[in-house]
Amino acid sequence: METFLQIYNETYKILLLLVPILISVALIVWFDRRVWGFVQKRKGPNVVGPFGLFQTLADALKYIFKEIIIPASANKIVFILAPIITMTLALSAWAVIPLSDKMVIADINVGILYIFAISSLSVYGIIMGGWASNSKYPFLGAIRSAAQMVSYEVSIGIIIINVLLCVGSLNLKDIVMAQQNLWFVVPLFPMFVVFFISALAETNRPPFDLPEAEAELVAGYQTEYSGMMYAMFWLGEYANILLLCALGSILFLGGWLSPVDIYPLNAIPGIFWMIFKILILFFMFALIKAIVPRYRYDQLMRLGWKIFLPFSLIYVVLTASFLVYFDLLPK
Amino acid sequence: MIAHALFFYFFSIIAIVSAIFVIVSRNTVHAVFFLILDFISIACLFIMIGAEFLGMMMLIVYVGAVAVLFLFVVMLMNVTEQKLSWFRGTKKTGHIPVGLIIGTVILLELIVIVGGWRYRDSFSETEFLSFNSEFTNTHMIGNVMYTDFIHLFQISGIILLLAMIGAIVLTYRKREGVKTQSYIKQISREREDSVQLKDVEFDKGVKLDD
Repeated sequence: METFLQIYNETYKILLLLVPILISVALIVWFDRRVWGFVQKRKGPNVVGPFGLFQTLADALKYIFKEIIIPASANKIVFILAPIITMTLALSAWAVIPLSDKMVIADINVGILYIFAISSLSVYGIIMGGWASNSKYPFLGAIRSAAQMVSYEVSIGIIIINVLLCVGSLNLKDIVMAQQNLWFVVPLFPMFVVFFISALAETNRPPFDLPEAEAELVAGYQTEYSGMMYAMFWLGEYANILLLCALGSILFLGGWLSPVDIYPLNAIPGIFWMIFKILILFFMFALIKAIVPRYRYDQLMRLGWKIFLPFSLIYVVLTASFLVYFDLLPK
Repeated sequence: MIAHALFFYFFSIIAIVSAIFVIVSRNTVHAVFFLILDFISIACLFIMIGAEFLGMMMLIVYVGAVAVLFLFVVMLMNVTEQKLSWFRGTKKTGHIPVGLIIGTVILLELIVIVGGWRYRDSFSETEFLSFNSEFTNTHMIGNVMYTDFIHLFQISGIILLLAMIGAIVLTYRKREGVKTQSYIKQISREREDSVQLKDVEFDKGVKLDD
């Protein structure tokens, strides 16, 4: 009986996290398109519902009723598995994200490694989709995307090492609590910039959206997908973007902590600060989508391997030597 | 406790079955996918015995990086359907002896390891790995790796670096006549270098000294 109660409790908690995430993904898509529109002096989606808020719901409804077409020469099992994997991985990483000091489903010791592992797995959804379609453009898109995600993961990993040197723990809560006096964005500002750009590349966002560069590859790995399966790729992509925004705010912007520890600000519940920081980071993502032209593939690789990787490695050495010299290493 | 045992059998059955499918499946890309499934379930087993750091490393290194490269190679080689010719006993039976030899060697090594497990105290000193619940096992691994085993750790790093340099040396060839772009040249280009204004008389061409 007790185990059933426990299972019920856990399921309840998981649903309480997943449903808001799915809803906020829908809203964030609307927000993204809206910002994109305003930057280009258009109106963006503004017809369905107040301010066009329900546009994404209408789109989702359309996707649900569309026919799912599986190409005759496709590898059927892998073809169907690919979007499912993308979306499952994108959602399962949220299990360890602490939204406030008490709101977390799994408070594990190696939280940051878990997120890193899950995001390195998410490349499989794209490779499987591109390969199983058995068509040229999706395959090219998948290869591009795999190379891109693997290379930028390396630099994200080294940036995370920078933060971990200052914290001395792999637990996400400890990482946030270590920033009580000073957010890491101040001492590690260059790393924050590099992290932000790598996050753009990791989630295949413009200006690094080469896997789905419509002028060259139609829609990259999604070309052969239709209906709900396409929508699942899409949901997974945006859930991943939100995840990296959350990770950025935990690593550098002090998670659920208020900017200064004075009365009216620290009385606001932590979850609002967390959501606020995620939204600010996402707003920057959306702005960049609108104002920066797409990179060429060799420029992308050069940026990842020849600039970001050496730079963040040097910064690791600097951080470590600084901490050792001034005896600031966390015990 | 029962739940623990159930999860253990679940993951180990998946690991064994997918390991069998790696060998049996005819489509090489499917074989790599089964290999990935195998890695993932073994990482789950690591996490179940409390070695969460090792499990996560398994996921990041093997699944996130090594298996992606496998997948790349297999996809680009374009060997989708492998015929099981050795199985049916056609002319190409050349690889059975080689496979048998390698299999026997691996089996012998496994027997040595399993046999040595009973006398593991004499294999290496394990007392400094004594369990202390105050530290997480990331701390423990770090403590051991950067103090007692620092030389082995650095030597393995150097071996990896050598392998990397070797791979680059083997595959790199300087190609002639390749057009590349110099970023510094592109950025430092001024208007005066690239644009010329000329008055052209009617019905006459113009000659540029370029």
